[in-house]
Amino acid sequence: MLWNVTTAEYMNRGHMACPGCGASLSMRHALKALGESTIVVIPACCWSIIAGIFPTTALSVPLLHVPFATAAACASGVRRAQVAKKRTESTVMVWAGDGGTFDIGLQALSGAADRHEDILYVCYDNEAYMNTGIQQSSATPCGAWTSTSPGGKEFEYQKKDIISIVLAHAPAYVATACVAYPDDFYAKMVKAKQAKGFRFVHLLSVCPPGWKIDSQDALKVSRLAVESDVFPLLEMAEDRSLRRTYEPDGTVQLSDYIQSQKRFRSLTREDIQRFADQIKVRNNRWLGGAIRS
Amino acid sequence: MPKDAADRSTREMLLGSDAVAHGVKLCRPDVIAAYPITPQTHIVETLSTMVDSGELDSQYVKVESEMSAIAACYGAAASGCRAFTATSSHGLALMHEMLHWVAGSRFPLVLVNANRALGAPWNIWADQSDSLSQRDTGWVQIYCETAQEALDNIILATWLTEKIMLPVMVNIDGFILSHTMEQLSLPAHEDVDAFLPPYDPPYLLDPDNPHSFGAAATPDNFYQLRKSLAKTMRTVPRTLDQGSELLARHVGRRFVPLECVQTEDAEIILVITGALTGTVREALVSLRRDGHKIGLIKLSLIRPFPQADLVKAVGTCPRIIVLNRAVSYGAGGTLTQEVRSALYHLPHKPQVIDLILSLGGKEVFPETIEDIVAKNEDLSLVDSNWF
Repeated sequence: MLWNVTTAEYMNRGHMACPGCGASLSMRHALKALGESTIVVIPACCWSIIAGIFPTTALSVPLLHVPFATAAACASGVRRAQVAKKRTESTVMVWAGDGGTFDIGLQALSGAADRHEDILYVCYDNEAYMNTGIQQSSATPCGAWTSTSPGGKEFEYQKKDIISIVLAHAPAYVATACVAYPDDFYAKMVKAKQAKGFRFVHLLSVCPPGWKIDSQDALKVSRLAVESDVFPLLEMAEDRSLRRTYEPDGTVQLSDYIQSQKRFRSLTREDIQRFADQIKVRNNRWLGGAIRS
Repeated sequence: MPKDAADRSTREMLLGSDAVAHGVKLCRPDVIAAYPITPQTHIVETLSTMVDSGELDSQYVKVESEMSAIAACYGAAASGCRAFTATSSHGLALMHEMLHWVAGSRFPLVLVNANRALGAPWNIWADQSDSLSQRDTGWVQIYCETAQEALDNIILATWLTEKIMLPVMVNIDGFILSHTMEQLSLPAHEDVDAFLPPYDPPYLLDPDNPHSFGAAATPDNFYQLRKSLAKTMRTVPRTLDQGSELLARHVGRRFVPLECVQTEDAEIILVITGALTGTVREALVSLRRDGHKIGLIKLSLIRPFPQADLVKAVGTCPRIIVLNRAVSYGAGGTLTQEVRSALYHLPHKPQVIDLILSLGGKEVFPETIEDIVAKNEDLSLVDSNWF
């Protein structure tokens, strides 16, 4: 693989992420793709802490911390300010967790997307409220243990389909990505930077303590998510349909992904089948008939 | 008014809301973000019309909620812009979290609130519960009696917020001010420009000089930051005084945090804030004619509370009746608590009567005030007096 990535670093040593954190690795590569002319807006999430305690900071680009529900709106204001001051060359990026995107921040996200605000919204989805101690969010997958779903998230509540929600707003760019596939992720961030209008990138962001895995397995488990088609790597094409940017070879089964994490320990064989059925329906919605059977 | 400025100003018959919009326009905000709510709507309708016609060169963000309105303003202010929003009642309540956040972040912002009751039950009329229940959020709070004051105060508030790096809320009574017409003096752009230079941000989100804003602070650092906020708030009366002088020089009118009307010989002083002051002024004329030694104190500044001015204004008057349009249930009128607290250290404490004058737009006529004075002897010193 030939991969040209800048050696410049916009994320510094001394950040406060847990070992194996997908969100910290993702930020490092995202900023490499976006470059120094980037303004980051972060609502309440793990990154409120990862970024560092005053007066330290892990980023060498400007960063605005904002309340939980307001990321997309604050970023809209930052962007409009750039327009008002004719400094439009910079990228305004929201960097929000799944709680701040799927749940409490969804209204502001919808508003900004509807207004076609010229911002890049990145959701690093670790599938629960990890910063507050692993509580269930609407991004938590069925069956997963969290501290508020001690028996596993009930199967009648699926993981919310944020991609379809965002697509309904006619955005300028949509992609899913995972830092375990850095070339794919990097290329998508470059495209997202270049697009004009509302852009949305959904990252699967592994959380070793929340997913109950060893930190050295973080990238391995991330890859299992993609290979088993739990988290397909997608991009919105010009005709606004989704297409795959990576084709799994089909050797990894859903059960391999489930069994790699202790958060899914309570799942029965039947549960895994229901999980598989849900994923099939969702992927079919995203990709039409063009999915692996 | 300075003669030149007077020549350049125009006399206009304007709706209170339009006076606000003109005040905002004169301040040349870079970004306006707003969500409609009665009785604030005319303000944002007029502003969006001004932006649409090119009369006002601002980014206008039509957000999906009040929370996002103030959030967008916050993002703009953090980016070195002059921002403005307007709201009312439930909208201000929805902004509550951001009110704290903006003040704590030390970015400038001006918000106009059209005072209105909060439900349930639904009620769209004038009531100061919305803003007075936000008095602990770190915002300067100014209250207006007239549309002229509203217009002038927005200009002064914009000057002030950029001096102190704390947000300022300008309150106008819903409908009473927002939906009535008033003849007023509209200053010329050049005179406001001379008073209010472009915002020169001391810090901002800037890729060429990157900083992080709002990062988690340790308890000790947090305490120091809040102490600094409180200290700045203490300096506001002096800064406002300077701003008021400057405003008088350029626009010809002054801001008075606390106004005394016939308080020198008063045996009873009525204390009020906002647009009902006019009604009390009217009542005062007939009360004085009938031989009642009644005075009036109008509070235009509620945060910071003008304690020293109030002590001076009250003098040796033995009895104060505070006319409230907001209640802290279980503790009485909100304004009464402020007045009592400010006068507590006086060696000769006056009686401070708590009177709940109007809530949810309950009509107040000059006769209502005369009736209160007639029943003065019967008013409770301890309990709230509901009329």
